[in-house]
Amino acid sequence: MYIPILKDCAFDMHELAVTEDILKIALEEAEKYNTNRISDIFLTIGRLSSIVDDSIQFYWDHISKDTLCEGALLHFNRPPAVFKCNKCGQEYEILDDLLPCPACKSFDLEILSGNEMQVDNIEIETEGKDEPES
Amino acid sequence: MNQKVEIVRKILDSNDRLAAENRKRLDALKILGLNVMASPGAGKTSFLLKTIERLPESIHLGVIEGDTAPVTIDADKIVAQGVPAVQINTGGECHLDAVMTEMALDQLPLDDLDLVIIENVGNLICPAVFALGTHKNILIASIPEGDDKPYKYTNIYRGIDVLIINKIDLLPYLEFRMDYFKQGVAALNPRLVCFELSSKTGEGFDAWMAWLIAEVAKTKTV
Repeated sequence: MYIPILKDCAFDMHELAVTEDILKIALEEAEKYNTNRISDIFLTIGRLSSIVDDSIQFYWDHISKDTLCEGALLHFNRPPAVFKCNKCGQEYEILDDLLPCPACKSFDLEILSGNEMQVDNIEIETEGKDEPES
Repeated sequence: MNQKVEIVRKILDSNDRLAAENRKRLDALKILGLNVMASPGAGKTSFLLKTIERLPESIHLGVIEGDTAPVTIDADKIVAQGVPAVQINTGGECHLDAVMTEMALDQLPLDDLDLVIIENVGNLICPAVFALGTHKNILIASIPEGDDKPYKYTNIYRGIDVLIINKIDLLPYLEFRMDYFKQGVAALNPRLVCFELSSKTGEGFDAWMAWLIAEVAKTKTV
């Protein structure tokens, strides 16, 4: 029995893959418009997403070089997770730590949100350029 | 002049889509795919070896081993048991993703297999973010890691279907509050299936093997 070995690129943490996807999405969307610079990118990344803002920013500064996104500001919206207590129905928000229901202390919980990871919108410079094509 | 462009696009959507393709591929061949995650040292490979030892001959297994370093230590052990294995060296990356999984599946003799087990990179954070296309996500927690892990690594506990509590033979020697541990797990994931076992002594493996064999059979009849 043989063991094939697959080598992949020398990446680091998962935030790199996330950052690359943000860049890809921004460039794809900007292509639909007549622009030569993307100035701002607005992201929503839920608190349960295991994503560190600083990490994204670090990778961003490197991989956005020499693209329309170079120097673009990243804006992070980090909404808290929303839990619902299955015992008493109380809904409450959690920032980082897992906490029991504040009303009845139950740990029988349902997670309503907190895992979002999306590019909400981008801001592009259109000075001296024509109106969007579409 | 600046113009705001509404987008609202999911990040890592392409990984999710490729994962769905991997799943379709496994489904078409009636292969059960398992993604085994754990911290380094939780006993993923020992668990796998014990599982291989007890696997009925009628179930043909293929293994994908994920590691950050260019070593084949784990895959060597699997192959020594007569099981086909593919080693993925992620080159420092902390997790497997759907692309690597697809490449690894290409290398396995899928037509002959009933079960593919993927041993993810040892890490409790990153692997939880990337779907591979497997049917079940399995987490191995081990007693020496401590009983507070569900409270600290909530994301991975939320995304799993099966929890293996490994190294229970060490319970008499370590302070591990099983109640506290399970309370955290139940809060995050009340519906998961849990097995307490020891890959060293084999204690608790009967229940796990029964589950595994039943799941493989279920995949065949779908």
